[in-house]
Amino acid sequence: MRSLRDALVTFRRAPLLSALSVTTIAFSLFAFGLFGLVALNIREALDRLEDRVEVRAFIAEGTPTETIAVATADIATFPEVLSARTVTQGEALARARRELGEFRDVFEGAVLPASIDVRLKPGFRSPATVRSVAARVNTYAFVDDIRYGEEWIQKLYRLRNIAGIAGLVLGLAFASVSMIIIGATIRMAVLARAREISIMRLVGATDSYIRRPFLLEGFAKGVMGGLLALLLTWLARLLIDRYIIETVFFDQRLAALGLLFGAMIGLVGSAVSVGRHLRSV
Amino acid sequence: MIRFFNVTKSYARTGTAVQDITLHVGKGEFVFLTGASGAGKTTLLRMVYLEERPTAGEVRVSGTSSLDATPGDVARLRRKLGIVFQDFRLLENRTAEQNVAFALEVTGAAKATIGPKVARVLTQVGLASKGTAYPRELSGGEQQRVAIARALVNDPFVLIADEPTGNLDDRATRGIFQLLREINAAGTAVMMATHNLELIRRQEFRTIEMNRGGIVFDSANQPRVAREL
Repeated sequence: MRSLRDALVTFRRAPLLSALSVTTIAFSLFAFGLFGLVALNIREALDRLEDRVEVRAFIAEGTPTETIAVATADIATFPEVLSARTVTQGEALARARRELGEFRDVFEGAVLPASIDVRLKPGFRSPATVRSVAARVNTYAFVDDIRYGEEWIQKLYRLRNIAGIAGLVLGLAFASVSMIIIGATIRMAVLARAREISIMRLVGATDSYIRRPFLLEGFAKGVMGGLLALLLTWLARLLIDRYIIETVFFDQRLAALGLLFGAMIGLVGSAVSVGRHLRSV
Repeated sequence: MIRFFNVTKSYARTGTAVQDITLHVGKGEFVFLTGASGAGKTTLLRMVYLEERPTAGEVRVSGTSSLDATPGDVARLRRKLGIVFQDFRLLENRTAEQNVAFALEVTGAAKATIGPKVARVLTQVGLASKGTAYPRELSGGEQQRVAIARALVNDPFVLIADEPTGNLDDRATRGIFQLLREINAAGTAVMMATHNLELIRRQEFRTIEMNRGGIVFDSANQPRVAREL
């Protein structure tokens, strides 16, 4: 309770320094937040692309409908498969006209083969899995040809891996920079109270007693900085939505995670700064 | 109560500050520590409250040994000591009362006991009417009295005073010294480092003189006439 009061008193006694700390934390987390927003939207875009991963098995003409229906039901039970659907010749033509409107004339009177369109579950869309499912579907005697855009899937996965690694490296870099900046601002707060700390030690205060209000202060500043950063990121997203491109924002879970991250950075930054100071005096 | 066993303290950059000191300060004693600047007085006092640990030898204070004291042991030991400095070390943004209360608050004293204890020690040091004054509103002598009150509020068994009158004029020096005598008379041991030879000559208290880190004279071991300070 006394530590909480001490932490609050610091905000009252040094409002400018406290505001500076919170703002610095907010801006470093804001940079991290913007990066997070970009990473989130890249991931969403890749997920949407990945959603279109499909294996299409073209059926030989004259295959009995019952055979196709049985095979479709069988394929639907594969553990990797989300759905398997039979597309008749008529449906295939209608789809081609719909998707390739500018070549509508080319399809006039054409005959397109019927197919079984297989969609895969999330997590089973890697090139290797798609290839394995395609190979199994290809074992049906009536399958004439099979297409799944192997090259496209490989490119998508390479892009996803690059995005993942770049995200991790940049995320760690942003997080480290945030931590360093936050640690420095808390170090300033610690140095501003160096005299008080030295007197506390002289009269017999334990290190944990001295540390506690600083940890609470760091935690509170981290939460406040996190809230401010979230607000700034939300405003930035509004501007991007209005003037550049429509984006998705963090859901509640991610926003809470961001706040927790801010609080943890504040707490760890404080612990490191005050610990280093206590060891040096 | 306070024992030094062949204590040496050396620093990597500045060399030896205290050299092979063996010393015992008993309960309720008043000890002057004197010597030129750099003789090792402050280092010796800092080892009493374990701000410094010996490079060799052992310091034992009220059952706490420099050899194995944990940070927690040091904190507990300091609650039984009173420490006073030449520069007072008061918190400028707290009143005299709050400065004294600070020593109780940080050691977890019950809230109800703090007010009466603070009032008692401020009366003892003659500042009962100045409890609400800030350090900048007090004279040097008064600020040192506040520092002494803060040192006394936990009822220490020893008061360590490092040049407590170094920043004060003669009148304030006499006042502070008189206060230290009264504190000692009430049973608290006092270890006081000072350059003020005049003050030492007028008293019959034990005097230890240091030079280049060693003890060159201890009146407890030699008759006073043996060495003219």
